[in-house]
Amino acid sequence: MDDNLNAICNQVRRDIVRMVHAQSSGHPGGSLGCVEYFVALYFKIMKHNIDFEMNGIDEDLFFLSNGHISPVLYSVLARRGYFDVKELSTFRTINSRLQGHPATHDKLPGVRIASGSLGQGMSVAIGAALTKKLNNDSSIVYSLHGDGELQEGQIWEAAMYASGNKVDNLICTIDYNQKQIDGSLDEVLPMGNIANKFKAFDWKVLEIKKGNNINDVIDVLNEAKSLCGNGKPICIIMHTEMGNGVDFMMGTHKWHGVAPNDEQLTDALNQNPESLGDY
Amino acid sequence: MMKMKDTRSGFGAGLTELGKSNPNVVALCADLTGSLKMNEFADNHPERFFQVGIAEANMMGIAAGLTIGGKIPFTGTFANFSTSRVYDQIRQSIAYSEKNVKICASHAGLTLGEDGATHQVLEDIGMMKMLPGMVVINPCDYNQTKAATIAIAEHNGPVYLRFGRPKVPNFTPENQSFEIGKAICLKDGKDVSIFATGHLVWESMLAQKALEEQGISAEIINIHTIKPLDERAILESVAKTKCVVSAEEHMLNGGLGDSIAQCLSKNNPTPIEMVGVDDTFGESGKPKELMAKYRLDSISIVNAALKVVKRK
Repeated sequence: MDDNLNAICNQVRRDIVRMVHAQSSGHPGGSLGCVEYFVALYFKIMKHNIDFEMNGIDEDLFFLSNGHISPVLYSVLARRGYFDVKELSTFRTINSRLQGHPATHDKLPGVRIASGSLGQGMSVAIGAALTKKLNNDSSIVYSLHGDGELQEGQIWEAAMYASGNKVDNLICTIDYNQKQIDGSLDEVLPMGNIANKFKAFDWKVLEIKKGNNINDVIDVLNEAKSLCGNGKPICIIMHTEMGNGVDFMMGTHKWHGVAPNDEQLTDALNQNPESLGDY
Repeated sequence: MMKMKDTRSGFGAGLTELGKSNPNVVALCADLTGSLKMNEFADNHPERFFQVGIAEANMMGIAAGLTIGGKIPFTGTFANFSTSRVYDQIRQSIAYSEKNVKICASHAGLTLGEDGATHQVLEDIGMMKMLPGMVVINPCDYNQTKAATIAIAEHNGPVYLRFGRPKVPNFTPENQSFEIGKAICLKDGKDVSIFATGHLVWESMLAQKALEEQGISAEIINIHTIKPLDERAILESVAKTKCVVSAEEHMLNGGLGDSIAQCLSKNNPTPIEMVGVDDTFGESGKPKELMAKYRLDSISIVNAALKVVKRK
């Protein structure tokens, strides 16, 4: 199974760089860094229905708060069967359902909230988790946030609310790649110890030390699932590498929102063999 | 003697009824439960009431999330904190995401009084009507606010419901039905159409009497829904009267008058005078003093009517 998942990861990485290259527009760095998380979530961890229904009753739900990494979300949704992979070619083009940042407006299956303006997704995830409790629905709500995104104040309003109200059917993961548009976190706004910040807000905090190793991601997500229902929201600090899987995109913040040229695309694709067939 | 009641209590009464009649209605408040008159709902349905603390951005996001799974969230805080403070949250997580959230906003406009300009939002109608898909409602008294509160639960989509703090005449029928987007003619007239919303509907009724004494027959139409605007009612009235006064407790820029002027200039260019706040912030004071100083009272409506009648 894990070999199979790694093969999916390779294909998703191909999809990401091809989508961003095709329009010379989009955010490859964070997308590549979160491939294992998305593949683990959608192919292994979540109980979900590819026949999309907004209310998601008795399903686990996922909310992408850092919407700029839409390429990885779109690729994984398509590869999982939410919509035809051919539609990936419309990313960021006119009249597409695959908007630059995820939107519900055009009814793209798998997307339940618009995101892009940062800091809003944790609140939304909390709301969805509260509705699950009201509905006696024991499913889990997942969300993903950028580490730079934690600079938005609304995140901490949400963090305070979730622990204060024992929203314990919620697993929020932080993509800790330590980079943002203008540079490293430390250069832009030092964040200190993020795990300790969430602990101070009375969350249960777990860590994925190797966020680009699918087995590690699965193990910690399973552990998080097992800890739901214990009175605390769960935060996972997931160490990832921005640009992971494409050597020249790794180790720098510069590929946050820059598309590869033709030559760079070929190089990137050579590093990620086709496994499921390109769209 | 006309009974005086606050519109916010009409909201509270409507919410109490919804609590009993619709199990999907939930309510959120940012530390202003008493001011918003949400106590009864909170007491009756503690499991469906979410106290979020002084964190309005989070409240809007949680409300958006609560809709996923079928709840109908009503958020409650002051109008300023319901709109300008959280505009981007409403824009992205509620309006663009087409979430069925009811944003219920008290203490709108100058009649909030002594707290002053920091709390006296006068731009909220403009901000909210610019959001695609957002319904904007400003009822005129207690009975209408109660009816509107109950009605918006049946509308599938985001709604901004604006009401106020002071006790004002409760002059519309008890247990009225409320139809979103359907203007109500309160008084037939032939010389001038006065289109008013919120607290200024009553002031327009007073103006109608004063104008009548001067031999001017004013038609009074309550535009409780600014968006979608009842253009048909406006154009039908104007076809008869040939001139217009708009009246609102709001900035002229972006308010009801703006919407009416747009409708008229596209369909039937007509002289219009606008009663509203002219590009300035408010200040501390008694509601009546403020309404007089910023020319939002019945005298200002009379003067506007006299002026516009001459422009025909």
